[in-house]
Amino acid sequence: MPANVLACLRTLAFAIVLAAFALPAFAGPFEDAVGKFANDEFSDTEEAVDTLATSSNPLAYGIVSALQDGRLSADSESKKVYLTQPDGKIIDAATGAPVDSIPDSASVVRLNNKLRRHVEAALGGLTLQSPDAAVRIQAAQSVFKTHDETMLPAIDSALAKETNKGAKLAFNEARAAILLFKEDATDAEKLEAIATIKSRGDQEALALLTGLTGDQPPAIARAAASATSSIQNNLAMWSMAQNAWYGLSLGSVLLLAAIGLAITFGVMGVINMAHGEMVMLGAYTTFVVQNIIRTSYPALFDYSLLIAVPLAFIVAGAIGVLIERTIIRFLYGRPLETLLATWGLSLVLQQAVRTMFGPTNQEVGNPSWMSGAFQLGQITITYNRLWILCFTLAVFVILLAMLRFTALGLEMRAVTQNRRMAASMGIATSRVDALTFGLGSGIAGIAGVALSQIDNVSPNLGQSYIIDSFMVVVFGGVGNLWGTLVGAFTLGIANKFLEPVAGAVLGKIAILVLIILFIQKRPRGLFALKGRAVEA
Amino acid sequence: MLTQITHDIATLSRRRWLAATAGVVLALAAFTPAKAADDTIKIGILHSLSGTMAISETTLKDVMLMLIDEQNKKGGVLGKKLEAVVVDPASNWPLFAEKARELITKDKVSVVFGCWTSVSRKSVLPVFKELNSILFYPVQYEGEESERNVFYTGAAPNQQAIPAVDYLMKEEKVKRWVLAGTDYVYPRTTNKILEAYLKAKGVAADDIMINYTPFGHSDWQTIVADIKKFGSAGKKTAVVSTINGDANVPFYKELGNQGIKATDIPVVAFSVGEEELAGLDTKPLLGHLAAWNYFESIKTPDNAKFIKEWHDFTKNPKRTTNDPMEAHYIGFNMWVKAVEKAKSFDADKVIDALPGIKQANLTGGVSEMLPNHHITKPVFIGEIRADGQFNVVSPDDPKKAKLVPGDAWSDYLEGSKDLEADWVTLKCGNYNKVTKKCLGSGS
Repeated sequence: MPANVLACLRTLAFAIVLAAFALPAFAGPFEDAVGKFANDEFSDTEEAVDTLATSSNPLAYGIVSALQDGRLSADSESKKVYLTQPDGKIIDAATGAPVDSIPDSASVVRLNNKLRRHVEAALGGLTLQSPDAAVRIQAAQSVFKTHDETMLPAIDSALAKETNKGAKLAFNEARAAILLFKEDATDAEKLEAIATIKSRGDQEALALLTGLTGDQPPAIARAAASATSSIQNNLAMWSMAQNAWYGLSLGSVLLLAAIGLAITFGVMGVINMAHGEMVMLGAYTTFVVQNIIRTSYPALFDYSLLIAVPLAFIVAGAIGVLIERTIIRFLYGRPLETLLATWGLSLVLQQAVRTMFGPTNQEVGNPSWMSGAFQLGQITITYNRLWILCFTLAVFVILLAMLRFTALGLEMRAVTQNRRMAASMGIATSRVDALTFGLGSGIAGIAGVALSQIDNVSPNLGQSYIIDSFMVVVFGGVGNLWGTLVGAFTLGIANKFLEPVAGAVLGKIAILVLIILFIQKRPRGLFALKGRAVEA
Repeated sequence: MLTQITHDIATLSRRRWLAATAGVVLALAAFTPAKAADDTIKIGILHSLSGTMAISETTLKDVMLMLIDEQNKKGGVLGKKLEAVVVDPASNWPLFAEKARELITKDKVSVVFGCWTSVSRKSVLPVFKELNSILFYPVQYEGEESERNVFYTGAAPNQQAIPAVDYLMKEEKVKRWVLAGTDYVYPRTTNKILEAYLKAKGVAADDIMINYTPFGHSDWQTIVADIKKFGSAGKKTAVVSTINGDANVPFYKELGNQGIKATDIPVVAFSVGEEELAGLDTKPLLGHLAAWNYFESIKTPDNAKFIKEWHDFTKNPKRTTNDPMEAHYIGFNMWVKAVEKAKSFDADKVIDALPGIKQANLTGGVSEMLPNHHITKPVFIGEIRADGQFNVVSPDDPKKAKLVPGDAWSDYLEGSKDLEADWVTLKCGNYNKVTKKCLGSGS
């Protein structure tokens, strides 16, 4: 990180404050610099950023941040540079005059990673004094990573004024990182810095300590080595917890995919190879919902999944009922024919979707509350995985309650346990069959909404889950929802603990082998149904 | 277990199935176009239109139809109209061989454009050799092959992987390397070459991490966390990704969610192009890299014309173009020129005429078919931008990119560095320069 840029941008911050009082003066160098963006050369862009940073023009800060966000376009013919403001208005970057539209010949000013770091760190350095504590912490973190010596006075002055506890800690850590790498820092300062970094204890702290050069005084080298090993031990502990979390998360995905199958295959005994396609239809429903929202009601985008869930249930459920009425009901008691018919059906559904939507992946966006991650100790927990875990458990509980407490649930259990007895009690068994199959398919559709957030929405989506789903249901014990739950989480956690040791490919093979051995020993799975229902 | 059951069913009700199959065959026959007249020349298109690879290969079928259509508007070749014969090998590798045989023996095509995965190419090789026909293969691949009947218009490792690593070393000062790939022949061979190359450049074994995942892998949490850990050793780290197809989307999503930015740990991918990004929310990917020989965003008059024709042909102004499409564009035009040069559609004459044929590519250079049946190509490094296109970051001026000749046999692998392919003077695909012997697949 070139120090002079930071210095320049600090001047720029000062300039912005000044500009609030003075009328902008359009100097030649500023316009020349802006014009350089149109040259489409990285070296010119870098020069332009540097010049802008030292210019006293109030537009400069906006231009640099627009450059970072890809909102700056330039026309190499007319040398004009256009800036799209965050609210969508377009201005001429050199003059600030509003423009109607960007001409077709203009293209977005290119950045490479080197330039991006250059701009990012410079803008980060500017925000050390921001009124927002979260922004200050972020700025301190970026200084921690770059540990640029010239930032020390800025950090010190910010630290002196700081009252927020979190921000104070972040500034102290940033200061420690700078001191650790500062040539003329005293040994005492360096030892203290190592202690601060050690107490931070995460991977970035480790990266900083291991990045220390070998020619340190023995005392410091020793302290650094002991801090490194203590952080490593600590991280090893956390990585166990991390594996457990990954296992839960994978388990929840398996459960979600399998739970619909636990109804159609587990409860009804239909070998439903088209189950995966119901999941796919749910995902495509999400895509269609998002598409409509994007074009007509962009403000609702964050709610798109909530809207998609009931729709996916209805779409997949309705198709499920249709399939049951037209195909499966003629095949009850003939599992092999059912398998073949549903497998054929899965191909038909895939090709139908491929014809309607095209073979390529469709873009399904993540709403803002499902993007990103937070730190829990040293574990990174991503929001999408967390929400999917919660969602899965919610679906499971609702399904369980439905089977247990509603009239339809009672009828379903009655029909699957003893069809003839149920019929003689006045239950319309064929209607219940259709509804049960519809319910299983509808839940698969809901699963598709969640899976669209972590996987590709393509016609092949279902195929990648069908094997896993059968594995979970058979392993957990056919006909038992609790078995499916335990089976899914067991497989998920076992997989994730095997993966770091054996690698993803071998880990998957090992799991399959274990399941085969397990089924040999207990052919009815973890929780086998006992009593008369088994023979029914 | 499943195949067993399927088999049982097949035997149980064979008669019913025979009847059904007969019905399907009859129905299909009704759709087959009438036999063409004698003054047309047939061109086989062997790309999967269903199954896992349909996502990538359908586009190549469409671009071939467009190219043939345009050639016909210009009057065809040697006064004869061209006719496309499209078959669907359904992402099923043995079926590729069957369909190739059908194209050559039954439809009597003069040339075949097709295949995507290396395993499908390996599957059709014996057919093309036996029946002496021509295959144009448009996808970047692992090299270590040169066949008389095959023309490789995609990149060899020295036209994609090695320049990408060089870029990261020079521009990003990368010292630690993660080689992540899908578990099959292309990533394994490419990573072997890259590992040997990195070691030759003085990278320690501890600074290289190699990781393979199954096809369609979707749970990347552990691997991304491992990459993060590997990257926190105080040295600049980059990921070289040979992850194929669908698995890329969840991989990049996980990178974004775990907060790994391109400015921290850049990922350079060899299988992610405009087509793959079309199904992706690109916000978290800004700045990650891809190495290709063509990008849609490169502005040349030829490229603008090609894109416009593509949009008109597909009637969809949003369809993207990509690298393998350009490879077919170059390959098809080279074939046309070779046929005109040989004044014949005969396979032997066209094969002999092809080396030395020059064809302007879409990015401002002129590619040439080399005696080893590979072509010269420019190498571009692009950064993903918000609209799913790429910003070219290397070379500075894409139009002045140096053309790199494709090398069939890598110089960095023990078994292949002495080998050379030359079908013009040596008439051999794997000539050993040391022992001065042709190791087998000669003519």
